[in-house]
Amino acid sequence: MASSKIVPASPKITSDADLNAKGRRKRQLQTTLAFWGFVGPMMLGLIIFAYVPIIWGLILSFFDARNTITPTKFVGVDNYASIIGDDQFRNSIVTILIFALFIVPITVFFSLWLAVMVNTVRYARAFFRSVFFLPTACSYVVASLVWRITLFNGLPYGFANNLIYFFGLDPIIWIGTANPPYYWVVLVTVRLWLQVGFYMILYLAGLQDIPKELYEAAYVDGARPGWATFRRITFPLLRNTTIAVLLLNLIAAFQAFDEFYNILGAKSGLALLARPPLVYLYNIAFTNQNYGAGAAGGFILVSIIIVITLVQGKLLGFGRSENQ
Amino acid sequence: MSIASSKGQTRATGYVVAKGTSWRRYLGQAVLYAVLIFISILFLIPFYLIVRNGLMTQAEITAPDWIWLPKGLHFENLDKLFNDPLASMAVGLRNSLLIAVTQVFGQMLFASMAGYGIARIPYKYRNIVFYIFLVTLMIPGAVTFVPKYVIVSYLGMVNTLQGIIVPDLFNVFAVFLFRQFYLNFPRELEEAGRVDGLNYWGIYWRLLLPNSRTILISLGVLTFINSWNSFLWPLVIGHDSSTWTVQIVLSTFLTAQTINLPALFMGAAVGIFPLLVVFLVLQRYIVQGVARSGITG
Repeated sequence: MASSKIVPASPKITSDADLNAKGRRKRQLQTTLAFWGFVGPMMLGLIIFAYVPIIWGLILSFFDARNTITPTKFVGVDNYASIIGDDQFRNSIVTILIFALFIVPITVFFSLWLAVMVNTVRYARAFFRSVFFLPTACSYVVASLVWRITLFNGLPYGFANNLIYFFGLDPIIWIGTANPPYYWVVLVTVRLWLQVGFYMILYLAGLQDIPKELYEAAYVDGARPGWATFRRITFPLLRNTTIAVLLLNLIAAFQAFDEFYNILGAKSGLALLARPPLVYLYNIAFTNQNYGAGAAGGFILVSIIIVITLVQGKLLGFGRSENQ
Repeated sequence: MSIASSKGQTRATGYVVAKGTSWRRYLGQAVLYAVLIFISILFLIPFYLIVRNGLMTQAEITAPDWIWLPKGLHFENLDKLFNDPLASMAVGLRNSLLIAVTQVFGQMLFASMAGYGIARIPYKYRNIVFYIFLVTLMIPGAVTFVPKYVIVSYLGMVNTLQGIIVPDLFNVFAVFLFRQFYLNFPRELEEAGRVDGLNYWGIYWRLLLPNSRTILISLGVLTFINSWNSFLWPLVIGHDSSTWTVQIVLSTFLTAQTINLPALFMGAAVGIFPLLVVFLVLQRYIVQGVARSGITG
């Protein structure tokens, strides 16, 4: 490099442009190396634990792989057919649809309600926010344990039964019976308690972004703060947050596993009351060791989730601007 | 941060209302507080039940008449818990801590490096790489657990702690947030660093990382909580009790034939205690992290 300065007119060095090109190429190579130095570890990890499993799972789903993780015989769409033809799988889809139908609207309603209330009080705002957010730190296992053993214990010493006894009612078997299906109360309340604070935080963040001038203008126009301003200003401006809460919540509900597994179990007995797809797949893959069918079931579930997400996105006009 | 700043806003609207009928405003606030306090009590009942049951005897827990406060505090339940052959709680705590700490450091390192690379190194195909990463966010994680298990077992990591830790070290969502963060990082600072002779690594390690404290803590705490509470993956990978996490220990304990109730609830208390501490100390960062992830979600 230095030599070009000393003998700029030397005929051996073909041209400045050539040198610049060389330098540019060298710099480019350095940039490429630096980039992969930083992004490479992530890329490698994702290849091994995200892309390869997806592709390998797709291959596996067309093969027979029982009691072994190696695909043994090509069976075409047999795995898919057997999963779709299985009553237990279809029941699990019905179960999760019922679950989503309860948990999603209830969570949206309560998280918004709590956020608006916390945002309206003048004092102790941080305290209430902390209390409602605290369950986020609790695991599904611990919450299931509390719900199953002490809160909704079917025996008279359970907390809920003590409470209703206070009002003169007989103890209820919360988890053990199919009819009436009180176990839905248990399953829905445990998830609600665990996640509502999280979504409340999202709504609180959304409420910050609403300009206060809008409320003042509305007041000048004669709108009383309360239901009218909520319906006309607050709720429409929280639209994007609501869409996010709905989608996150729905996708999470479809992957429910922990509370079903720990409250109702996986295989027999109570598990037959309500078994979501993930518990079903867990049984197929890890109890029956049928990995081919397990992989196929995973892809069916992914398709269902994607379709429902798209339909919901379409219904809500996902991506439309806030101003419209 | 942003949530605290709301105070002024509602104060302002509150002031507007105050010009109207003030008794109405007071009544409204009173009703609001009553409702909030009632819901707060409901929300705290499960925590109360854990502590109550953890400090009582089996006979007291199953007594037909409700006992609000334990008569004596039975801290010996703690000994019972740690000596119970069904629940290897000490091993579980060690495993959970090891897994969570490794995942926090691993995830933050890999994600911040990738986020910096994509945001600031002018490589031709960096946006394509970014989109290839983002595609994985569209596949719900829990649904690919069967093929992921197959890959992990090819690598011989079933029934090991590595098998639980390593597959979850690569968090694309965190890459997304770090990229966003570094895109807004002042370029002047970076150029000053370059003048001082820092290369890409030096800029990342000496300039960007120390200035990413807030995002590192808020994402790190969320990672810690998720890792500590995760259940399905450790259940699938850890067959042997030496690889069980706290959650698996508690779940096994829960489904055992005969349950020692006080020890079980003492176990639940021990299992959530570390998180409650982390939670209360770093709540500001957690709220920020959640709000940040919600904006993009």
